[in-house]
Amino acid sequence: MTQLKTGPLALSAIALAALLIVGAIVPEWILYTGALILAKGFVVLGLAFLLRMNLVSFGQGLYYCFGAYVGGMLSNAGVTDAFAVIIASALASGAIGLLLGLFLSGYRGVFFAMFNLALSMILYGFLLKSRSLGGSDGMGIAAPTYLGYAPSSDARLYAFFVFAAVCAVVVCHMARIYSKSEIGLTSASVKDCEIRLEYVGLSVRYLIVFNMVLASALAGMGGAMVALISGHIIPELAYWSTSGEFVFMTVLSGPNGIVSAFGATAIFETIRLAAGQYMPNSWQFVLGGFLLLSIFFMPAGISAVLRRAGPPKDETLEETRNG
Amino acid sequence: MAEALEARNLVKTFSGIKAADNVDVTIRQGELVSLIGANGAGKTTFVNMVTGYMRPDSGTITSDGRQITGLKPRDITRLGICRSFQIPQIFSELTLEENLLIAVNVTLRGSTRRHSALRRANTPEAQKMVTEVLEKFKLGDYRQSRAGEVSGGTRKLLDVGMATISAPRVLLLDEPTSGVASDQKFAFMDVVMNALAGSPVAVMFIEHDMEIVRRYARRVIVFHEGRILADAETEVALNQDDVKLHVTGGGA
Repeated sequence: MTQLKTGPLALSAIALAALLIVGAIVPEWILYTGALILAKGFVVLGLAFLLRMNLVSFGQGLYYCFGAYVGGMLSNAGVTDAFAVIIASALASGAIGLLLGLFLSGYRGVFFAMFNLALSMILYGFLLKSRSLGGSDGMGIAAPTYLGYAPSSDARLYAFFVFAAVCAVVVCHMARIYSKSEIGLTSASVKDCEIRLEYVGLSVRYLIVFNMVLASALAGMGGAMVALISGHIIPELAYWSTSGEFVFMTVLSGPNGIVSAFGATAIFETIRLAAGQYMPNSWQFVLGGFLLLSIFFMPAGISAVLRRAGPPKDETLEETRNG
Repeated sequence: MAEALEARNLVKTFSGIKAADNVDVTIRQGELVSLIGANGAGKTTFVNMVTGYMRPDSGTITSDGRQITGLKPRDITRLGICRSFQIPQIFSELTLEENLLIAVNVTLRGSTRRHSALRRANTPEAQKMVTEVLEKFKLGDYRQSRAGEVSGGTRKLLDVGMATISAPRVLLLDEPTSGVASDQKFAFMDVVMNALAGSPVAVMFIEHDMEIVRRYARRVIVFHEGRILADAETEVALNQDDVKLHVTGGGA
């Protein structure tokens, strides 16, 4: 029997085509939610890189919000091209990640988590009081264009969805290459034994900073996308509960997944939407209950469940193992 | 020719207790030296100072004429001074192959010693080196086993194997046979010594088992209360009265 073997590039193309077809036929509210899921998925993917090192950031909203505000300010300054905006936002948030990473890479566990949280709350407080950035009301943002193409108001949402889907597929492909790379494999071993890494001649601090830059750049990218799709930015993007939601989604995804980061975001957003619709006064109860169940029954997250279910594999370390 | 390792007047104090009290040690290329002494005599403190795990309060350490006192572990490792640990420091969640790949890729990067975010971890070149190490240390059967799931002896061999990948000039083994089943100790040491055979590496190993010391060490450095009690050829050192009294237990 002939066995079909699909390469990663072909899989990416199939995933993109599927996303675009589904996006073309679903109602607008689903399309909007889908675009939001793709945008937030970047943040979760970045957090998963940190979780692989046993580092949990309870302040990822800092980089997410910073990216959104950089994107918003650029849009309002006339740079409306979505590609330029997200690249600039990723670079800006990545630069913040680098600066803070140099300081935070010496901390582990609860200190790392709380320092990030504290810094995100400082940004939140600053934005809340900053009149020039809209204070607590935030700012409106100009509609994005795409390499010179300015969609009509009817086509705007689908155009953004296409843009987000292309970005998601490209980033997933790059994340896969990274996970199988030398530094990807080494980063995943930081949680296991820092001493041995130092005694083979590697700097653990460098690895942590590297992954912090990646995670913050992805968070900035996600933040800029959310800003572009919602057309509005507010300080709440840096609020601690926003960061907590990202941690929730990352735990649900598991540390080793790539596509599962977007899957977990989709599950979280769907549950929140459904619970908000049918249990508007107790949706947090539903979310909390779901998190408890997922911790009990999927302690290693969706990525581990996908791996056990067989191909297509989403477990990058396993793939590395198999060559 | 400069010595492979030269420690001069090393002092290290913990809460007023001297774990190293003016320790002088010289190791030449290719030597096979055992460090012995009772628990708390200062053997591991010495190894920890040499490998950058802790900084001496005073004194100097040089390797091949180069000052290494107070350098970070990774910098000392890059200068060719590598070590294994009493409790194996390995990546338990990774396979033996992946454990070795991490060390191999550092060596393959040469002087930059920095991993790439784009280059695959398991290139054919890296795989070849991993295979060589696995064969040398008789670990081939466990290539795809998770390091946390293999026996204590296998973990020890992996720990030593990882320390040897960069072809070090000085190799320090901290109690290599501790945790290895007593009937396997000689077999274990044979594997390690055969793997190192033909290499110009200077080996220093901390050991409590005098049978192992007699069989494998050419020279013995005896530690007692932070000082060096004896430093001589194995049989000469082990037959010293004060060594018998304080360390080997044979009486004066």
